[in-house]
This record gives sequence, C-alpha cells and structure tokens, in this order.
Amino acid sequence: MLNSTVIELSDALASKKVSSVELTRLFLDRIKGLNGRLNAFITVDEERSLKQARVADERRSGKGNSGEAGPLTGIPIAHKDIFCTKGLRTTCGSRMLADYASPYDAHVIERFNAAGAVLLGKTNMDEFAMGSSNETSHFGPVRNPWDLERVPGGSSGGSAAAVAARMAPAATGTDTGGSIRQPAALSGVSGLKPTYGVVSRYGMIAFASSLDQGGPLGKCAADLALLMNAMAGFDARDSTSLERPAEDYGRELNLDLRGLRIGLPKEYFADGVDADVLACVREATRWFEAQGAKTVEITLPNTGLAVPVYYVIAPAEASSNLSRFDGVRYGHRAKEYADLNDMYRRTRAEGFGTEVKRRILIGTYVLSHGYYDAYYLQAQKVRRLIAKDFADAFSRCDLIMGPTSPSTAFVLGAKTDDPVQMYLNDIFTIPAPLAGLPGLSIPCGFDGKGLPVGLQIMGNYFAEAKMLGAAHRYQQATDWHLRAPKETPL
Amino acid sequence: MSLTPDQLQRIALLARIAVSPEEARGVTDRLNQVLGLIDQLQAVDTCGIEPMSHALDAQLAVQQRLRPDAVTEPDRRAEFQAFAPAVEGGLYLVPKVIE
Repeated sequence: MLNSTVIELSDALASKKVSSVELTRLFLDRIKGLNGRLNAFITVDEERSLKQARVADERRSGKGNSGEAGPLTGIPIAHKDIFCTKGLRTTCGSRMLADYASPYDAHVIERFNAAGAVLLGKTNMDEFAMGSSNETSHFGPVRNPWDLERVPGGSSGGSAAAVAARMAPAATGTDTGGSIRQPAALSGVSGLKPTYGVVSRYGMIAFASSLDQGGPLGKCAADLALLMNAMAGFDARDSTSLERPAEDYGRELNLDLRGLRIGLPKEYFADGVDADVLACVREATRWFEAQGAKTVEITLPNTGLAVPVYYVIAPAEASSNLSRFDGVRYGHRAKEYADLNDMYRRTRAEGFGTEVKRRILIGTYVLSHGYYDAYYLQAQKVRRLIAKDFADAFSRCDLIMGPTSPSTAFVLGAKTDDPVQMYLNDIFTIPAPLAGLPGLSIPCGFDGKGLPVGLQIMGNYFAEAKMLGAAHRYQQATDWHLRAPKETPL
Repeated sequence: MSLTPDQLQRIALLARIAVSPEEARGVTDRLNQVLGLIDQLQAVDTCGIEPMSHALDAQLAVQQRLRPDAVTEPDRRAEFQAFAPAVEGGLYLVPKVIE
C-alpha cells in the first residue's frame, strides 16, 4: 500500500479492499515512525485526519450527505504549510506565524475538501518559501530520505521528502523559482508547476505574486494529472486566476511520441552540470528518440540572466507582500519596544529568519528612490527577453527537456554561508516561472552516490496535459519513480 | 553598486527591520554578494524592450477582471481579531503615536 500510486489507492478504495480510515492510519503511523528523523511535517492532527477519513468512507458507501464520491475521496494528501487551513495552524515555516490559525481555507484546500480528500498534515518548507534546501525553516531542516545528511531541496522540501519516504501518497507544493521541481528532483519524486494563473493563489501565503503558483507532487505523472484536476480552476478571489474551461489533465496520458519535437537547450547541457546528471538526462532523451520523437538543439540565450532577474523581481515583490507582517493584526509581536516604529522593527527582526530578512532588504533597496529604474525596471525588461527566448524556442519544438537541477542533493550546510551559490543552483528552474510557463520534474536515474536525478520537461502555455503525457509514457517504460529510498525502507 | 553599513541602516529603516550594529557588517557583506550577482543586468541592452510585469502578458492578452461594486464579505471582525496580538473594544492596539 505504501508504495502504491494515488490511482491504485483510489481503485482499492472503490473496490472496498481498504477503507480510508485504514489508509489514513497507515500513513499517520508511517509519519509517526519517520518524522523524528526526516522532519518533513510541521503539524499533524490525527483526530482531524481520521474524522475526514470516516466521512470519506461514508461517502464512498453512499451514506452521509457530502455528495458523490470521486477519485480522490478518502485519499490522504499532505499540504505544504503555505496553504491556509481553517482550524489547523499555518506557519509558512516562520516564527512570525508559528501560532497562526487561519480563519479560512485556501482555494486549493477547499478543492481537496470538496473532492473528499483527507488532509494528512502540513509539510515543512523554507521560511516563506525562500530557499532551495529547506534549511531556512524556523522548524529546522528537512532531511533527504535518500541520504539523511543531505537536503531534500526546497522550498517544498517537506512535501517532496514526505512523498519520497512514502509518508504521504501525494502532496501539494508551490513554485516561485523552482520550489516544486527542484525538491522533486533532489528527492526522487514527480512534481508539476502549472502555467501561471491555473491554480488559485487565494489562501496561499504570498512570496512573489507574479511568479507564485501552486502544484502537485506525487510518485508519477498520472497521479499529478489526477491532483491537477482537483486543484486547477477559476477563482474570483485571485485577481490573476484565469477564466478557462475545466480540462482533464489526464487526457493525453497516452500521448503518441512519434514525431514529437523535443527541444534540448544547449545552455542546459553545458559546463557546470554534474556529469552523472547529464548522463541520466541524455539517456532519457535517447529513450524518447527511440520511441520516434525528434530532438532538436535549441538555444535559450538569456538563461544566464534568469537568476539575476529573479533576485531583483522576487525580493521586490516579497518586500511588498511581507510588509503585512507588522505585529498588529496577526502573528508575532515583539515583547519590548519604545514606540510604534520600534515595535515594527523589532517584531520583524525577531519574527523573520536571516534569508527572509536578506530578501526583504534587497527588495527594499531595488525599489528605493534612485535605484528603481536601474534594477527593478531593467529586470522587468530582461524578464521579457527571457520570455521571448521561450517563444522563439516553441516555434521549433513541442516540449523542452533538460536537467531540473545542475546537481543532485547536496550536504546539509554546504551552501548556507554563500547565498549566491545557493541561488545559482536554481538556474534551470527559474526561467519557466519568469515566463509564466509550466514545467515538471520526474525521476530519470541516479548518480554515482545513489542520489536521484530529475528530468525537467517544460511546455508552452497550458501544455500541462502534453507534458504529463510524455512523462507518463516514460514512466510506463522505466521504474525510477517507483524506487523507494533505502534510508526509509518500506 | 555596493552598500556601506550606513546605507544598509537606511534600507533597514525603510524595511522596518532592526539590524543591530553587531550584525550590520555581516548583513552588508552578504547583501553585496547578491548585489554583485544582480549587477550583471546593467550590461544588458534593453533598448526598446517593454518591462514585463505580468507573467502572461508576453503571450496572452490578459484583461484585468472587474467585479460589481457590491459588498461580498460578511462582518467577521471578532473572528479575525481573536488571534491579533492586542485588541480592545474591536480596535487593534498599537503603541501611542501622537502625544
């Protein structure tokens, strides 16, 4: 059961082979056994989860009044602690919100509740989603189930580690510069960042609003499609939510790979990428060629500028978004202060961690008088050049493939003293959100140390179904995605 | 561009984040590392390029939605103030601002 996909668990629930209460207990016990070592969950409320499971079982047997059962009814799902949950604390990995109990549910949570899914717990994350290693969390780092001395990636590190260690069949995450795809790659799971505007940001604590997008993490592409069917959809409460007809994200799972044009950006296969990572990714692209797909070399010439652009735009938006944490309406307030200004300054100095403060300061600087044009406006212009690179590339190919991350999971503490080294690690995941494009990562092998390698598949706007189709076809022929970490045996 | 600890204190004041004199040097050094990274943008020729402020504006005609100007939210003040640091009589309490 622990190693089953959501689709298999859904079938087992439908055929009464297992109840949602049994399934939920199984995963709650697994969390209890492993969380002390992995620290993947910040909050678990067993009673609440089991109550939801009982309601789901009633719904599955046609009793109760919660409507007809769907494929996710009774499936336990872990949620990144950035999604507000009514009656269950939402910390965003920060001391600022360590005791915050949201008065409402995020749209994504509402959707899973309506589908009858069971909320298994809230997963650990980099503070306010700012980080690539899950080391900036106020609640301590998450450990990679493949090697406990290594990071799981971030910022959705708890969600990725939870799925990898089979503590949850699937999880939600958010991606601003790679926070779904990079931890998926480093932890050996599958993860999708949808096109900007497809998943509502309502109740998803804001980091950089022109980039933030929620998405699913799971064992396989077919599961991601199922989760997307629940998560995606118009929501009037998010001003950037797109009004589009509902789509079945699983409709292209049997994608015909013959004639599919796969673009391989030369900048993604360059020096600076681990040899083992390149070897695994190349082998995967050769598999697609063997199925009749055509690979074409493309260029995304402004790739090297994506990280600098991101570290102007994301901090600028963060400095504005995080100004709401002032110790007045919610969250932490300093105990001692001289006056109102001092209360703000001490509250924020105490409530935010080092990385969050660093980004707020950068954002404040690039938006300040005299620097706005040189930094912020210039970054917005280069952002358009990056989007244009993709527009040109997609005139020559249907999908783009390359490594998700230039390296596999690194050792805890290895990059914490050098923010720029940490930032550069996201070079291949930052471009897609800058352009608003969807991207996914699936496991495609292991390096010499036995650490998982991620294959990134990017598509044009709203090409999620096609990307998931290509990923699913690959996963039907390979078993990388079904391998469980040896540190957390089944 | 590179910041001095004095300039940092000005930014920190704008950001409403207290930075103690002891941490100022270290914070300034790290910020300057990041500024070194983003300074690469200065060399890019962006003549005639429109700034991109919305993730989809490059490809899609995005229209800002408007909703009818009507009250949609009920009064939930008591619920919202239940977790505020300091409230009294339905008001949020802050340190005295005017003498």
